[in-house]
Amino acid sequence: MEFALSEDQRMLQDSISGFLKDNASLDTIRKIADGDADAKATLAAGLSEMGIMGLHVPEAAGGSGLGLLEACLVQEALGYAVTPSGFLAATVAAHVLPNAGEAYAEGVATGDMVFGLSLTELSSRRDLAGLTLKDGHVSGKTLLAMVPDSATHVLTADTDGGLHVVDTWSATAMRTIDRTRTFQELGFDHAKCEASMAQADGALEAARLLIAADTLGAAQAMLDKAVEYAKERKQFGRVIGSFQAVKHLCAEMTAKLEPARALVWHAAYAMDTGDPEAAVMANLAKAHLAEVGTFVAKTSTEVHGGMGFTDLLGLHYWFKRIGVNRQLFGSPEQARHSAAELQGFVAA
Amino acid sequence: MELSLSPEYEAFRQDVNRILTENAHLAPGPEDRGMKNPKRLAWQKFLIEKGLTARTIPKEYGGYGAEPDLLKSRIIAEEFARTGIARPMGGQGISMLVPTLLELGTPEQKEAYIRPTLHGEMIWCQGYSEPGAGSDLAALRTAAVEDGDDFIINGQKIWTSTAKQADMIFCLVRTDPDAKKHHGISYVLFPMDTPGIEVRPLVDMTENANFNEVFFTDVRVPQSGIVFEKNKGWQVANATLTHERGMLGDPNATKARFLELVELMKKETMNGERLIDNPLLRDRLVKLQGEVYAMQANGLRVTTARLKQESAGLAGLIVKLQGCELNHQIAGLAIDALGELGILYGDGDHLRADGSWQWRYMYDLGLIIGGGTAQIQKNIISERGLGMPREPKPAKV
Ligand SMILES: Cc1cc2nc3c(=O)[nH]c(=O)nc-3n(C[C@H](O)[C@H](O)[C@H](O)COP(=O)(O)OP(=O)(O)OC[C@H]3O[C@@H](n4cnc5c(N)ncnc54)[C@H](O)[C@@H]3O)c2cc1C
Repeated sequence: MEFALSEDQRMLQDSISGFLKDNASLDTIRKIADGDADAKATLAAGLSEMGIMGLHVPEAAGGSGLGLLEACLVQEALGYAVTPSGFLAATVAAHVLPNAGEAYAEGVATGDMVFGLSLTELSSRRDLAGLTLKDGHVSGKTLLAMVPDSATHVLTADTDGGLHVVDTWSATAMRTIDRTRTFQELGFDHAKCEASMAQADGALEAARLLIAADTLGAAQAMLDKAVEYAKERKQFGRVIGSFQAVKHLCAEMTAKLEPARALVWHAAYAMDTGDPEAAVMANLAKAHLAEVGTFVAKTSTEVHGGMGFTDLLGLHYWFKRIGVNRQLFGSPEQARHSAAELQGFVAA
Repeated sequence: MELSLSPEYEAFRQDVNRILTENAHLAPGPEDRGMKNPKRLAWQKFLIEKGLTARTIPKEYGGYGAEPDLLKSRIIAEEFARTGIARPMGGQGISMLVPTLLELGTPEQKEAYIRPTLHGEMIWCQGYSEPGAGSDLAALRTAAVEDGDDFIINGQKIWTSTAKQADMIFCLVRTDPDAKKHHGISYVLFPMDTPGIEVRPLVDMTENANFNEVFFTDVRVPQSGIVFEKNKGWQVANATLTHERGMLGDPNATKARFLELVELMKKETMNGERLIDNPLLRDRLVKLQGEVYAMQANGLRVTTARLKQESAGLAGLIVKLQGCELNHQIAGLAIDALGELGILYGDGDHLRADGSWQWRYMYDLGLIIGGGTAQIQKNIISERGLGMPREPKPAKV
């Protein structure tokens, strides 16, 4: 038994973190949040060049053949640097598409196909939206889709839980509190499904797990920033990090975050190895990281005092990332409901 | 990352499971009260013989004598949690003193104390805290003055758990009043029936008199009771405390408690509806499940670090704080789920699970305080774990 990251896994994480350190500085993130399309495209291109989009695509189809655990490490690094990216959508696509045909997996690996993802129909369908399937075509609209600017396809769910690959849609931007990432309302008008899967095939669990990893990264960044700030900021003639009230806030964040990290690893490992409890764990990870992330977001901001609340430090980008992640692909309550259903605590 | 177990370990797990389930009828229940209850002692003996407790302690000291194998120990703990069958005895003698003696005791001390302690025949109490020395333990004042080969001890301890039942005490005393706070302390073992010791029970909020005040008046004990070295007791105490904190946050015990709560909520009904069918309660249950699983995964990390003989770092430092708090919350949900019946205590027809949820809810508050309060744990995490500066010493006035 070994419950720890391997050397390869650590190297993967280091290389992506290193890249983001150099290419996704706060300055760049600010530009992206302010709508600088060039900055966004450059960053997206750089990430693609690293070859991460095909990370979860099987080797036979030209990908790296790595598991969701590795994908979570990358997603954690993206969250740590509040970086927008099509990685989550690509990875969920890679997770389910082998069941739809080799060509898609290959397309993701080569970068010829760029996927967007829209799963609200599975996680929290609203009355004003809804996608219906008829004769192999979908119609209607779906909300809060994550669609990279260069997307060629979207993976979308219909109201009955089926999953489809579609290549024509209309998009309307949906502004959220998080300006670093863009979300869209997608409209489909009798759009042909290029491929369909009757079952969601673990798409929602994979998405929930990845978003948990994203929150883990963002929360770790906020904790690190709080500790760093507390060691420098002086009040009453000494650094505030020597005040116990401040130290205890940092210790509480740590005490919640360390087990949460282990939970993300464990859930990812379970998904990769086909553990019967995998889906339960992915849902627990989503819900738990949402709660821990929210706590860290609030507490880290408090440790920064007034500075934390301003735009000056940019701390709010992380705060908002965590806030949006909390609701995305279903609220913590919804993820817990899924976990309860899967365990027979409640009739499905 | 590799969590699957080799066939050897899988077979071991099945063996453990078989031994436990086939012999479940021998296990003591809540009704078998009392530390030296014959059924408890017999169960303990059985578990030692089967290698399910005291596993790595040498045979010459009454253990099972197996090679240390963290994975096997883990599997055993998991199987106790999974089956819910009565665990081996714990307590301060077994969990804290025995490992301390194995590490630092003299051959005579090991010979005399380890076997009867493991078998539950010798009960120990821990004489650390004093009225003026709780969190600030090194401020302790109970004095041991040399007199030939003996010490003469005078002073007072407080919060001493099981002192009334204890045969022996492991006690911190000040042997050099002139040395700096941490340097003049010794760690001494002696019998509780030594003349001059008076134990006055203190009733705690669970209505039990589990802990006590202990008074020492001219208590004469041999210096051979010193563990390790004279005036080096602080190091010994720290070794013990590490074991105490490990015991207080065992994720397998937490998991077992969680599973008990799931059963309770499936079985118990209110207004004709199973408790688990109430969406609000169910949400709280699954919320706690996330934390339980997180602590379990954290435990895997800690185990891996130990297997590699590395420090578990932050993952290790947070265990006591998070584990104790989580146990308390699980008991809290059980009481809330039981609703108005959740306030019953003591005895009576409507009491559930023998009142153990209410007892645990209260007792856990004690565990959050004992062995280093939550605040002290946070100091440790922030200073040792995060490298934050110590609070400056107050200026002399
Ligand atoms: C159930 C139970 C069993 C126990 N069993 C034993 C036993 O068998 N043997 C034994 O020797 N002792 C035992 N104890 C004693 C236990 O170790 C002490 O109660 C504990 O260390 C706290 O000390 P105190 O009670 O004096 O509280 P205090 O030290 O007076 O603390 C009071 C409050 O002040 C806070 N505080 C104190 N110092 C600091 C600081 N530096 N920073 C931040 N906050 C601080 C504490 O966190 C706490 O909230 C037991 C206690 C309990 C509750």
